[in-house]
Amino acid sequence: MSTHLNFNESTITDDSFAQGIKDCIPTLLGYISIGVAFGVIGITSNLSVLEIFLLSVLVYAGSAQFIFCGLYVAGAPFSVIIVTTFIVNLRHFLMSLTVAPHLTRYSSLRNIGFGTLLTDETFGVAVTKVMKDKQLGGNWMDGLNLTAYLAWIASCTIGGVVGKWLPNAEDWGLDFALLAMFSALLVLSLSSVGKSKLMHYLKLIALMAILLYVLLYFLPGHLAVLIATMIVATIGVATEK
Amino acid sequence: MSISLEMLLLMLGCALVTWIPRVTPFILVRNLQLPDVVLRWLAYIPVCILSALVIESLYHAEGKFVTFDWLNLIAFIPTLIVAIWTKSLSKTVIVGVMTMAVLRFFL
Repeated sequence: MSTHLNFNESTITDDSFAQGIKDCIPTLLGYISIGVAFGVIGITSNLSVLEIFLLSVLVYAGSAQFIFCGLYVAGAPFSVIIVTTFIVNLRHFLMSLTVAPHLTRYSSLRNIGFGTLLTDETFGVAVTKVMKDKQLGGNWMDGLNLTAYLAWIASCTIGGVVGKWLPNAEDWGLDFALLAMFSALLVLSLSSVGKSKLMHYLKLIALMAILLYVLLYFLPGHLAVLIATMIVATIGVATEK
Repeated sequence: MSISLEMLLLMLGCALVTWIPRVTPFILVRNLQLPDVVLRWLAYIPVCILSALVIESLYHAEGKFVTFDWLNLIAFIPTLIVAIWTKSLSKTVIVGVMTMAVLRFFL
């Protein structure tokens, strides 16, 4: 698995900013629907449009922003809001750690840029690309990341502006966009692992379902996801042939 | 439209704790070679974390017992079929959202 880390820039196929934008387009429906929904919820949580805008610029994480609203409106202490945000977004550490080895040939500054704009969705698109092409290009990453970032900020802000007039986003099934997107990314990742490994992965997913079921009795969802991922990946390494 | 200093500081605090986990690995990995076993472990992370995120939202953990979130589970079936069949992100999302909209309309 580690041999593909030793390549040079000339071997990159199609590392263009434009291709990154293009590969981001399928995820935009997800960003837009969740972003608009967030804007609406922000307004109902007594945030101003400026605050909604700033939150999406500064925090740039769907689940954390929703939880921010929930805690803020409930009058939680600031320390609780910050600690919860940290825990909810801790999974990004694992995601960054997975993507980063493919981008080490770029400067520190560019790497900070890649990390700053990493989200669940761009991670999903990037790892699917890695599994398919065995490599990642920096320009492609920037195209993907910036498109997603701008779409997110715009959708959240628009959601805030139209907030009071928009029918509840849930009724339109838009909240399901995220789950549908993760399902598609999962299928895409699995379709590029190869036949011999597929059975191993399917067993790990079955194990994941059981483990999550148990963990959800004592942990909140985001922590259960994080811990189950680390346990199942470890079992994956231990049981591989 | 204005924003209080308190609110701005809260947002900056949240931004900082979100930024650190995202960026640290990118700086770390540049300065040290990860051992082979860690790289092999990381190769499992995409499938594990994506399946964890999907499966977690199919469960309903609010009550005394963890049960299925039936609405999500029912909508998940055609979504998964379309994903396997078309291997297309946008088609999967559109079918998923439409299925959920129809389910909410009738249920």
